[in-house]
Amino acid sequence: MKRRDFIQNTALSSAFLGLGGLSLSSFKAPDTKHLTILHTNDVHSYIDPFPPTHPKNPNMGGVARRAALIETIRKENPNVLLLDAGDIFQGTPYFNYYGGELEFKLMSMMKYDLATIGNHDFDNGIEGLYNQLPNASFEFVSANYDFKNTIMNGHVKPYKIFNKDGIKVGVFGLGVGLEGLVDKKNYKETVYNDPVGISQDMARILKHEEKCDLVICLSHIGYKYPNEPDKICDTKLATLTKDIDLIIGGHTHTFLDKPTVLKNADGKDVLVNQVGCYGVNLGRIDFHFDSDASKIALGKSIIV
Amino acid sequence: MVKLKNYNVVLKHFVLLLTFTAFISCAEKKYAVTKIEGREIGITDKNSEVAAIENFIKPYRDKIDEDLNKVLANAPETLDKSGEWQTAMGNFLADITFEKSDKVFQMREKKSIDICLLNHGGIRSIIPKGNVTARTAFEVMPFENSAIVIGLKSEQILEMINYIITEKKPHPLKGLTFTIGKDNQPKNILVNGKPLDTNKVYYVVTSDYLSNGGDNMLFFKKGVAQYDLSYKLRNIIIDYFKENKTITANKDIRITKE
Repeated sequence: MKRRDFIQNTALSSAFLGLGGLSLSSFKAPDTKHLTILHTNDVHSYIDPFPPTHPKNPNMGGVARRAALIETIRKENPNVLLLDAGDIFQGTPYFNYYGGELEFKLMSMMKYDLATIGNHDFDNGIEGLYNQLPNASFEFVSANYDFKNTIMNGHVKPYKIFNKDGIKVGVFGLGVGLEGLVDKKNYKETVYNDPVGISQDMARILKHEEKCDLVICLSHIGYKYPNEPDKICDTKLATLTKDIDLIIGGHTHTFLDKPTVLKNADGKDVLVNQVGCYGVNLGRIDFHFDSDASKIALGKSIIV
Repeated sequence: MVKLKNYNVVLKHFVLLLTFTAFISCAEKKYAVTKIEGREIGITDKNSEVAAIENFIKPYRDKIDEDLNKVLANAPETLDKSGEWQTAMGNFLADITFEKSDKVFQMREKKSIDICLLNHGGIRSIIPKGNVTARTAFEVMPFENSAIVIGLKSEQILEMINYIITEKKPHPLKGLTFTIGKDNQPKNILVNGKPLDTNKVYYVVTSDYLSNGGDNMLFFKKGVAQYDLSYKLRNIIIDYFKENKTITANKDIRITKE
């Protein structure tokens, strides 16, 4: 009898101990999370580094080096989203010779997660883009290009949601106005819609319906047009919309020393970033999340 | 009996605790951003390379290098693209595009080209003094634009002249000559040495980009005929390099300013 009690008690306490351990870990361990966003834009088929004699970017860029840098960052934090803001194509003979095959294959090897479509991505016609899709392991998003009446129909989503270590990230794409910029025979029946209304819808869907923790706009509409103040651009879009946390841009080949922080329509912070062109830079934005209400109440600090 | 009872107690505790834990973790799983750090990382020769990527690129690169690094011709002096109304590069490109397209046009349509007009912005590089390769042609003309012939009436030739005067750019031009008077109006308009004929259709070779209204050359949209030569502007340059060992530009004046 006594021996039986002993066994029972032991089983009981160890059960409690186990439970105690379980509950302890779920309370304590995962209350902070770290997401690293890496991004490029306007790489324009620049695969090899610039030569040492180049007047503007000597020894800069190169896909093999970019791949090494990305690998190092992934080792440091595996929770990475790797994005490209368009104009992957056109600029070196690699594109003329292989039509974007090598660009897409290398981006797949580097494990790009998502890209948007730039105006030069239509340079071999919309069929030229479509024909290269099998070489891309990543997907394309564009919320304001309507491809319904083109060969690309069904191959481009307005947005994509990623679940990164329990953090829900919604990314939607935007493209630049095509008329007068791209030959009609190349973009065919692609319809460009105004980015502002579309972005408001996208941000609302992603933040409030899909309950994303983070909303990113992957844009090829351009950073800013000082000579065309009425033209929509990333910096204007940031102030005219709400619920967007980060705009990753392209098209204007803008080199920023650091991301621009702007106030959205609700007075909340939005980051806008772009990293020049030709793969000479990699943009990196780290988001640190906390589940501790007292820490959340302190607000967020932006270090740029 | 006793044993069974106690076992039930344990089970009850277990269920209670598990439910409680699950509930807590659900309620707690609301994450918010507390810190954002942003920076730009320059990619330089200090970064190492991924060998697998470099090895993957190599055959693609070798094939291009084999084609593009071969010396095709020589330029005794640099063909520049600076100038107010015409440039060495502009004259060179207009002349060779005229010549090469005319051959194709005569063969296919039994008609002759009268004028060549391209755009200054489409010349992406100069031709430096020295060896000339196919890579030079890629640098001058990276785009996939091809030659197209548009039939224009004399009214559109006048629109073209006014466009050039208004835009003030040294667009590559061949076959058409004129003088800009002190009043900024055109005079002495000649097509291959002959005055404009209001009954004639002039065949103008240009790029498909411009024929679709690129650079606001809207007069091309009023064409009465269109013939796509499917001859890439870059291939015109490469073919010319292959056939001519010495690359020079004609320096004759096409637009005179009073």
